[in-house]
Parts: sequence; C-alpha cells; structure tokens
Amino acid sequence: MTIAALDLTELFQRLHDTRWAAVLRENDSAFPWVECLHVLAITLVVGSISVLDLRLLGLAWRDRPVGRVLRDILPITWIAFALAAVSGFLLFASNAPTYARNPFLQAKMGLLLLAGVNMTAFHLWSRRNLPEWESEPRTPFRARLAGAVSLLCWVGIVAAGRWIGFTIVSHP
Amino acid sequence: MRHAVSVFCAWLERTPLSHQLQTIEWVIPAVQTLHLLAIAALMGATLVLNLRLLGVASADVPVARVSRRFLPVVKVSLAVLLATGAVMIAAEPERSLLNLAFQVKMALLTGVVLLTAATTRPLRRRPEFWGDSPARRRLAGASAVLSSGLWVAVLCAGRWIAYVRVQ
Repeated sequence: MTIAALDLTELFQRLHDTRWAAVLRENDSAFPWVECLHVLAITLVVGSISVLDLRLLGLAWRDRPVGRVLRDILPITWIAFALAAVSGFLLFASNAPTYARNPFLQAKMGLLLLAGVNMTAFHLWSRRNLPEWESEPRTPFRARLAGAVSLLCWVGIVAAGRWIGFTIVSHP
Repeated sequence: MRHAVSVFCAWLERTPLSHQLQTIEWVIPAVQTLHLLAIAALMGATLVLNLRLLGVASADVPVARVSRRFLPVVKVSLAVLLATGAVMIAAEPERSLLNLAFQVKMALLTGVVLLTAATTRPLRRRPEFWGDSPARRRLAGASAVLSSGLWVAVLCAGRWIAYVRVQ
C-alpha cells in the first residue's frame, strides 16, 4: 500500500514538473482556455446524457423508442466525454499534487467511477430485451434505476467540480 | 454610464442581501452549480435543435417537432440562468457588471437569443418553413452553425469573468 501511495505521489509530482504543466501554471490565458473547453465538454456530456436518463425515467421524449434516443445521444456524449477527460487531465496536471489531495476532486473521481459502473450495468443488464420495451413510455424498473443513478452521478460530478475551484486557490 | 454602474454596484454591495450572499460560504458554489446544470440543459437542447436544422441528427423527425420539444427547455434553462446569474451579480456586483468579459457575454447572449427567436418563430406558422427551398435549407444550416458558435462564445466569456480584472 505504502509503495503504491508513494508511487502515486511521485507520479503527480512528475506530472506537475512537465513543461506543458508549467505552461498551464505560468501562462495567464492557457489555464482559462483549457477550463472553457472543460466546461463546454462537461455541459455537453451532462446535457446529452440527461436526455437519455430522462427518457429511461419515462419523463421526456416518451414517444421516441429508447434505442433511437441511444443512437441519437451517445455519440455526442462520448465525443464530449473524451474532450472533458483530456482537458480535465491537463487542468489536473497543472497542479497535480495539490489537486490529488482535494476532497472534492476525489469525490468527483469516485462519482465518475460510479457513473461508469452504472453505464456498464446498463449495457450488460438493464437494456436486456430492449426491443420489447423500448417503445413503451414507462420503462422497466432496472432501466429507470440506471437513469436515476446516472442523473444523480452527473449532478454530483458538476457540483464537486465547481467546488474544486473554491477550495484550491492556485489561480485568481 | 460607467459612473452610474459603479454607483449602483457600490449600493448593491452594501445591501443586507449582498452581505448575506458573501458571508454564507456555500451559497455561491451552489448557485454556480445550478448555473452550470442549466447551461448543460441549454447546450444539450440547442445542440439537438441545431444539428436537426443542419440535417445531421434525428433527420426522421420534422424540424418543427424538434423545435416544439426543445425550445421550452431552452426557455426554462434561460430563466434559471438569469435567476442564478442575478444572485452572482448581487453577491459581487463589481466583479461582474464592470467586467469586460461579462459585458461581452451579455452582448453575445442578446445576439444568440434574437437569432434563436428568428429561426424558431417562422415554424409556428409554417412547420416546413426551413425545408421550403434549397436556399432556405442553407440559411437554416448557417444559422445553426452561427447559433452553436455563439453559445460556445457565451460560455467561454462566462468562464473568463473569473479571470478578467476589473480596473
């Protein structure tokens, strides 16, 4: 355990010491622009996935089959998520050791993991026999559960993310 | 004009409401979280609408129907954004009202709201309005690209409020 923890600390320090992390720290406009990209990407992830979540909950777009909504929405979600992950990694690297200790960043990563587990469970279990129920306005319990968990995770991720900015004062 | 805004900021900052907002630590992050969630809803709704206008996504659903479904989301999100934005202004009037990034944001916002009204209004009278001719379709596509670009610019200007210094 200690060895693993030690390695992580060293890894975060090495991230912090890279030349591009220094640019993000020292250049006045690099950090805000990457942040703009991160906010844009996250709002697109949340804005798109919540349409699917609300459809799974039977609260929106009830006359459109779930499979159609999936195909409409998920490509946007994945592209936006890739952008959010890359930009988020850059922001993290700019001050890795400090961010790694931040409880809100840790909570955010935990919720992200939970959202990932929920998504995997949805694809492996909740969407079973999709063609049988996808056109029903009211979806099976397992699909509603997946929608609710996802929605709560993403609200939590946005909140935790916003709180990181209030608890780390590395930038004005 | 600038002087009048300064006086207004100074007054607002001294109100008990502003004082309360500044002293309760969790209020501003919570309000900003709500603001972000409303941006997410708005970006999602406008993106779907714009992709449909471009003919890229949900091409099997008529434009007028996509508009009827997602325009209310845009309106409700905007209402939430204005309300949460007003709270942020009340908490730190000078940081926002006298900030160039904030002023640019408001100008861009006015532009994109007018553009959205101009593209969705004709659909009320004539659902096929944007499909009537190739020229109309091109215009609808151009307006969709401009609209998405403007929303991204509004978002970036919003983030920059935290970084632009008020002289």
